Amino acid sequence: MTPHMLTRSLDRGATIFLLVVAALGVLIPLSNLLLPVGSFLQVPTYLVALWGKYVCYAILALAIDLIWGYCGILSLGHGAFFALGGYAMGMYLMRQIGTRGVYGNPILPDFMVFLNWQKLPWYWYGFDMFWFAALMVLVVPGLLAFCFGWLAFRSRVTGVYLSIITQAMTYALLLAFFRNDFGFGGNNGLTDFKDILGFNVQAEGTRAALFALSCLALIIGFLICRAIVSSKLGKVLIAVRDAESRTRFLGYRVESYKLFVFTVSACMAGVAGALYVPQVGIINPSEFAPGNSIEAVIWVAVGGRGTLVGAALGAVVVNYAKTFFTSGVLAPYWLFMLGALFILVTLLLPKGIVGTFNAWWASSREKSTAASVASAAAEDGVTEPKMAE
Amino acid sequence: MNVMDTRATSAMLYLDGVHVSFDGFHAINNLSLTLAPGEMRAIIGPNGAGKTTMMDIITGKTKPDEGTVLFDGVTDLTRLDETRIAELGIGRKFQKPTVFESQTVQDNLLLALNVDHSVRGTLFWRGSRAESERIDKVLETIRLTEARNRLAGSLSHGQKQWLEIGMLLAQDPKLLLVDEPVAGMTDVETHLTAELLKEINKTHTVMVVEHDMTFVRELGVKVTCLHEGTVLAEGTIDQVSSNERVIEVYLGR
Repeated sequence: MTPHMLTRSLDRGATIFLLVVAALGVLIPLSNLLLPVGSFLQVPTYLVALWGKYVCYAILALAIDLIWGYCGILSLGHGAFFALGGYAMGMYLMRQIGTRGVYGNPILPDFMVFLNWQKLPWYWYGFDMFWFAALMVLVVPGLLAFCFGWLAFRSRVTGVYLSIITQAMTYALLLAFFRNDFGFGGNNGLTDFKDILGFNVQAEGTRAALFALSCLALIIGFLICRAIVSSKLGKVLIAVRDAESRTRFLGYRVESYKLFVFTVSACMAGVAGALYVPQVGIINPSEFAPGNSIEAVIWVAVGGRGTLVGAALGAVVVNYAKTFFTSGVLAPYWLFMLGALFILVTLLLPKGIVGTFNAWWASSREKSTAASVASAAAEDGVTEPKMAE
Repeated sequence: MNVMDTRATSAMLYLDGVHVSFDGFHAINNLSLTLAPGEMRAIIGPNGAGKTTMMDIITGKTKPDEGTVLFDGVTDLTRLDETRIAELGIGRKFQKPTVFESQTVQDNLLLALNVDHSVRGTLFWRGSRAESERIDKVLETIRLTEARNRLAGSLSHGQKQWLEIGMLLAQDPKLLLVDEPVAGMTDVETHLTAELLKEINKTHTVMVVEHDMTFVRELGVKVTCLHEGTVLAEGTIDQVSSNERVIEVYLGR
């Protein structure tokens, strides 16, 4: 990222957002580690893990907003990229267990021993090295998105048809990962992790560090998205969203633009998944469930499509509500509430929380400018104030 | 041997024996038409005569079933897609004004400029003085300098039509296809648009589709009348409008 792209991308809202995330990323881990347990300001470890999960969801929401809010690509299968990133990290964590597994096999994860497998499948090679797993976190979702997008965008599959095939994609992966012979732990997925880079994943320090890293990833992801949408490429994306064929007639290769953002977005979703897995301690095929991807789209709609900050905020707000409601007597009704929330937001707040706030802010500023112009004119003795055009 | 020998025709645009049918409906029927470089041509014809379909064929949106479509004497347009055709230098203004409503007037023109349109080029784009001067010039021509920072969606219908013409100017194509530029305009705006198109025609080849006969008359150029996907008459506006078959088609006798 060149300096001019950085300065151009930071407006006031973006700066405030970054400062808040950075402050949380530093203060929450510090409070958790340094203050005495049980003191008023100490953030308990379980909350650090919970909020770490929200931050990962916020990264996923950013990824969705980049393609949906700015380019009009409604992916209902983004959970797949998130889960693939998660599996890549999970595979690394499995290989780190080594002889501490139930069967004590130094190479094979427990589920493979259980299935009587004699040797490690080729696609598990290299996952004992962190750098390789970290690379795969980006490459696997990115490559899938690239191939999928190349076929779909070139054939000009758009709108609801694209949404449906993204949904089919994540469902197909769900079914594949459920199979034991697919080699990813089947129904149970990957779990029982011990360490990450030599640190115990359960330890408070590790959890605090993972939280801080998730905040850092959110900041970097946000900066990348802002750099993209505030460049001329961002204007082209909005043009594609609003009038795709017009953009083509101006000589833009629309499918290349879509492919670019779709791939970037999938890589971001993969990173979110990779940070999510060590914090929740498990990855299983249910992460591919179509419902998860739809839920992620709702976060973005609630927060405000096409605002980036809103997407992150929506992810946190909706998930906080989910945690709150699913832990009480209202638990069985959560899905109804989610559905109602989506309908209400669509009807009453079509721009989402942040979009509505921005519109209100802009109009109130316009009013105050108009008022000050009018009063200035009155002071100058002009009887009929004219609006500045 | 000169360069002209490699060209199949000296025309800027050459259509010969073009056929298109949609589910058995012959939208374009043995259409043949040539446009000389630097020419301005008005296309008239009743609804369903195939005017817009013809533009779709030229710009690559619709592929003809049969026939030849040559641009600049050498390029077979039937093999290319919209993006490639736009890159070659054919610009199009749509019947319904199509601008990017949620972006400013200035950004609409910026997007239309014929500069690097690659993903890389736009991602690392930095504005240049030459670009902003070109935008300023177009804004002046289309009389939208005052409105440069307004959202295109907030413009009046006539202003949107002008902005779209401005986008064509920024694109600076060799051939401009202009579909109903004065639909919904006031008389004054219509007159100004005719002046603007004549000005544009000094440096570009233009094809205008229009229903408004006063406007076509004001342009004072050769007129082609289409009917049922084929050329019915061609000539000056007086010749065409006194042609018996044209009168028959228009009055439905």
